[in-house]
Amino acid sequence: MIEILLNEYPFYLGTILLAIGLWGMFAKRNLMKKLIGMTIFQVAIILMFVASSAKFGGTVPAFDPGIGTDPALYVNPLPHVLMLTAIVVMVATTGVALAILLLIYRRYHTIDETEIMKRMQE
Amino acid sequence: MKWLGIIFICLFAAFLIYAETDMPSYGDPSSPGSTHVSPEYIERSYEDTHTPNMVTAVLADYRGYDTFGETTVIFTAGLICYLLLGGWKRDDS
Amino acid sequence: MIAKHHNLIVSLACRVMAPFIFLFGIYIVLFGHYSPGGGFQGGTILAADVILMRLCLGRQATYKKFPPQMGLVLGAIGVLIYGGTGLVAMLAGGNFLDYSYLPIPGMSPVDRRYYGILFVEIGVALGVFGVLLSIFDSLTKEK
Repeated sequence: MIEILLNEYPFYLGTILLAIGLWGMFAKRNLMKKLIGMTIFQVAIILMFVASSAKFGGTVPAFDPGIGTDPALYVNPLPHVLMLTAIVVMVATTGVALAILLLIYRRYHTIDETEIMKRMQE
Repeated sequence: MKWLGIIFICLFAAFLIYAETDMPSYGDPSSPGSTHVSPEYIERSYEDTHTPNMVTAVLADYRGYDTFGETTVIFTAGLICYLLLGGWKRDDS
Repeated sequence: MIAKHHNLIVSLACRVMAPFIFLFGIYIVLFGHYSPGGGFQGGTILAADVILMRLCLGRQATYKKFPPQMGLVLGAIGVLIYGGTGLVAMLAGGNFLDYSYLPIPGMSPVDRRYYGILFVEIGVALGVFGVLLSIFDSLTKEK
């Protein structure tokens, strides 16, 4: 039991961040707080992927002529590459979400979710 | 109503933690993510491209097509923000 | 909202730091081959520098040097550089984005891949810089 906890602790901490982000997305009424919850969710996913690329005894994935090309001495570079793309997608979705939030505020003069539903009925 | 949300979140986290006990352990050099195509990238990136940084070589050379799609994604996001919120006149002060 | 009250300390600190941040951003783009960095990281630092100048020095001063229409144009030029490198490689005989067929005279195919990666990273840095600046300008545009 304890060795399972010690072997996989980055993924458990990432799962706690996932749960916090998901709670922020559906339990808060303010639209800006929902957006912050979405950002926390995406950052937790990025952390878990990068944590899965670690190797004991490995170093930075930059070629060093003193070490050679043994794959067991370098950290796996593939999740780092995929997460660079994921970070850029996170920036793009946050930018578009902020633009939509600005338009909602100009139309209804509030950001609270229940208030917007009420004003949409009128 | 709030307790229903907290119970749902605790159930979600519990299911995910139960499923994660099967994942390969942290720092294992023989995990499936580090054994199929990644050793080839590490071994051949310097002699193929003369670039010491393996992350840049994989991002721009071996997986250059994905990076092309991603620059299209970020450009589309900028275009969407411009179209939603309006443009600028010639001499905006 | 942007620089509503002119403050001497903030304005002076920004004027001292801004050229060095720009130079650091260009350094990170060009040294992406040797140290962690590359196009996305350098482009974000360049955009952060111009956003710092917009926040601290106000609209009148910065809209002259970095006009808001420039953002999307730079983004499009960056994507065009990337796609153009791929198309030139395809027209010279290889596959799309196969840098060893680029028509640079007097180099081995391995060194052509080095310079292909360099062109592509400069294109990505320009693209990310232009788009992030354009998103900020759209969000803070006055009616």
